[in-house]
Amino acid sequence: MTDTVLSVRDLRVEFHTRRGVLKAIDGVSFDIAKGEVLGVVGESGAGKSVTGSAVIGLIDPPGRIAGGEILLSGQRIDNLPPEQMRKVRGKRIGMIFQDPLTSLNPLYRISEQLIETITTHTDLSPSQARTRAIELLAEVGIPAPDRRIDSYPHEFSGGMRQRVVIALALCAEPELIIADEPTTALDVSVQAQIITLLKRLGREHGTAIMLVTHDMGVIAETADRVAVMYAGRVAEIGPVHDVVRNPLHPYAEGLMGAIPTLAGEEARLVQIPGSMPRLTRIPPGCAFNPRCGYRFGRCTVDRPDPLPWRGHKVACHLYDPASGPHFLGEGRTLAAAEKHEEATA
Amino acid sequence: MPEETTDHARPVVDTAHGPRTGDVIATPAARLGVLARAWDSDIAFSFRRSPVTIVSAAVALVMILAAVLAPWITPQDPFDAASLNMMDGFTPPGEPNAFTGNVYMFGTDPQGRDMYSAVLHGARVSLVVGLASVAFSLTVGVTLGLVAGYLGGRTEAVIMRVADVQLSFPAILIALLVFGIARGVIPPAQQEQATLFVLIFAIGISNWAQYARTVRATTLVEKSKVYVDAARLIGLKPFVVMVKHVLPNVTGPVLVIATINLALAIIEEATLSFLGAGMPPTQPSLGTLIRSGQQFLFSGEWWILFFPALALVLLALSINLLGDWLRDALNPKLR
Amino acid sequence: MTTQPYVRVSDLSRSFDVSKPWLNRVIEGGEKQYLKAVDGVSFDIPKGETFALVGESGSGKSTVARMVVGLLPPSRGEVTIDGVSMTDRKAEAERQRLRRRIQMVFQDPYASLNPRWRVDRIVAEPIRAFKLVEGEADIRARVGELLTLVGLHPDDGVKYPHEFSGGQRQRVAIARALASEAEFLVCDEPTSALDVSVQAQILNLMRDLQDKFGLTYLFISHNLAVVRHMATRIGVMYLGRIVEISGGREMFTSPKHPYTRMLLDAVPDLAMSGQERAPVAGEIPNPINPPSGCTFNPRCPWANERCLAERPPLADGVACHAVHEGRLAVKNAA
Repeated sequence: MTDTVLSVRDLRVEFHTRRGVLKAIDGVSFDIAKGEVLGVVGESGAGKSVTGSAVIGLIDPPGRIAGGEILLSGQRIDNLPPEQMRKVRGKRIGMIFQDPLTSLNPLYRISEQLIETITTHTDLSPSQARTRAIELLAEVGIPAPDRRIDSYPHEFSGGMRQRVVIALALCAEPELIIADEPTTALDVSVQAQIITLLKRLGREHGTAIMLVTHDMGVIAETADRVAVMYAGRVAEIGPVHDVVRNPLHPYAEGLMGAIPTLAGEEARLVQIPGSMPRLTRIPPGCAFNPRCGYRFGRCTVDRPDPLPWRGHKVACHLYDPASGPHFLGEGRTLAAAEKHEEATA
Repeated sequence: MPEETTDHARPVVDTAHGPRTGDVIATPAARLGVLARAWDSDIAFSFRRSPVTIVSAAVALVMILAAVLAPWITPQDPFDAASLNMMDGFTPPGEPNAFTGNVYMFGTDPQGRDMYSAVLHGARVSLVVGLASVAFSLTVGVTLGLVAGYLGGRTEAVIMRVADVQLSFPAILIALLVFGIARGVIPPAQQEQATLFVLIFAIGISNWAQYARTVRATTLVEKSKVYVDAARLIGLKPFVVMVKHVLPNVTGPVLVIATINLALAIIEEATLSFLGAGMPPTQPSLGTLIRSGQQFLFSGEWWILFFPALALVLLALSINLLGDWLRDALNPKLR
Repeated sequence: MTTQPYVRVSDLSRSFDVSKPWLNRVIEGGEKQYLKAVDGVSFDIPKGETFALVGESGSGKSTVARMVVGLLPPSRGEVTIDGVSMTDRKAEAERQRLRRRIQMVFQDPYASLNPRWRVDRIVAEPIRAFKLVEGEADIRARVGELLTLVGLHPDDGVKYPHEFSGGQRQRVAIARALASEAEFLVCDEPTSALDVSVQAQILNLMRDLQDKFGLTYLFISHNLAVVRHMATRIGVMYLGRIVEISGGREMFTSPKHPYTRMLLDAVPDLAMSGQERAPVAGEIPNPINPPSGCTFNPRCPWANERCLAERPPLADGVACHAVHEGRLAVKNAA
């Protein structure tokens, strides 16, 4: 596994509140390879952003990493002292947030911010750094970068600002970029430009990208693989085309059906009953079981582990041979599970 | 997909009500009574977590209760000159009087007035003035602030400029001014009885601007929320929208100001009475007691000043600390 | 008047004064500045249909919604609902009667319900205001009925809004809109604050209610896929103007205006997985200083001299010189 950039193993993040311990992330594992874009998708409260924050070591109290490991190119980073972690964050992990203004200091010209980041993390002299910064701005598609570089953040439009943030994230040639809802605050037409840019840069620089978003459309177009999160756990992880077209986990199936598309015009959208449980009320067994149409006895008792299945990993008892008659063997799909349910009901 | 999704006629209910898995979904608080729920609330929690607040609340509660119950729990009516014995004058606290042998916990003043009774009755007067003046300034300030914030335009400009001008003078100066004018207007015969009301009016009118400012700012925020639009859509008149929708949502900050202002009003009253522009010695407040006690400070009869002053400090401080806590507890961002 | 459509919006316009304060203008110089948020918007909605306005931020779609329900007076133009003018000052009495029949569902379910009111009181407010039901017991029964209708439990009425999730709050907001027995609902981005699975629930609910009560919707959204799912007719807005107006299906199979085409190319969509997208250029210009002529001309590959100088009229459902002159062929579904 030489080209695995990020490896998250059984990560658990807890928040200690006066009402008890909330498990925001409960046993999440995934890898991201060099040059790969992993989409992390889920609804609010699924734990996707917390996962991103855990990787960059920015979980604020009362939250803390309660277990598991995070490896960056084979080196453990979840237990580094804050000072060292800060260096890793600047140099080896780049960050792009939803609001570009959180990453840019409004009081400094972007040239100063870019040059400072470059000189901190590389051996370049300030004048070389300036040349490099102009190159980067050109690369992220800012017109006339040699003139625009001395502007202040507020002189850019929203889309241009997000491009500057991407340039800033790329300064130190990081191995990994965490992009948390990078396009959510942007207009549709600008969104598309940023998606294209992210995808191209990841490919060209061989940077691994963890793309956290609630927008399945963005994931479908950008990511190579996707992890669908639900109530702090990974429900399904697999190649993005497969998960979009042929989701295995009942939650993923419902989610894909719930998204209105430009091509489809079916009268009703698929509707998952209910809503995601609050972290204080995660049911025992499979977290999705109260909303699941394929539920059977085991689901309310055993918690399913993600098991490999046709190139995916699925955390669902339907894909576990130990489930006996409920097991969806080779060639049997969720539709078969439904028929089975009807027959036994 | 089974049942829920194919059953179009019945829209799906979110999990919070679904009896699908009652074991995990029922909220524990739902089964508890109102008291238990109040005890479980965030405000109660932050109260329990703050020892300073608990002590302040206890002190304030004891003092307020003592003041309210003063006529029943004090040995003497300090306002009734007939019940006083000059022989008891200048008794030090806790020691028997040289002539009568009577023992007074807080000692007595030159007229033989029991300081314990005087302090409790004084605190009663101070509290009445404080509460009434806060109620007065609150009513005026909230009304004007609400009107300014909701109507905007010229009305707002006029109200807020007047508030600005008033805030640029110290409150005590305005109260003194009002008091002076009242002296000139009210016939001397009625001045004594009118003092209490003049004092309430003077202190109240000097503090309304703070309420108006805060309420105006909160109203502007609330007015921009769409629930106000929703109310306008059903054709409600601006006044109705203001009273029924906006007013309940500005109570939080107002409560905080009112609490802190209560402490300030009590001190303001004491200051006025100390300066002689307040309650007469026949009906003394804590301020009046301090005024008459300070002349004995250097002649050794320290208790005549000390106990009223202590009561004033404890009362004002504990209420102020409560107000501070309330401000933090009602502001989720500070938690 | 059978020819009169249920809702008619004609030449609706609204400017906002965005000038600096008077004192600054005097000292620093400079003139009054106006932002034309909405500029000459016209459309009809037949009874029982859904008309959608799509556009990006700053396109003026929400301003149109507020003018249609009467929350904002227009600078120019007229809104007529069931033959009654919403903008004519003389028709106040009739408008008050009309108000019951028009309600609005707002974007942010966290701000649209008064946090200090219990849900039953929120839902009962329109019933009391319009005196639709007399007697406390009957009002309570009606509120329970409405809550059941939107998929909540009648017992939920005793709760406060903060005890509900975003989707449930939006259900309460819909129940309140239906409480006055409204026929016409203006929905301003009703699902954009919600998660996708909850969005599906709310959209399905809105369709069910439309079928059940024959409701007419004006649906405002930036999400083309949602609009496709909901609308019978669609208007695309750009910088305060409608640039294209057409039937729901037509808009997606044969878009005419270059902006519509660009938007459709730009929307990230599940079906697009793995495809390279056509690059989209530029961003929305500052609406205070819009480009002359056709406001889309700086981003349009087909713009010519005429587009820079002349504002294209809306004809045959599209406001574009290139289409009118035949320079740009209408794309048909392959």
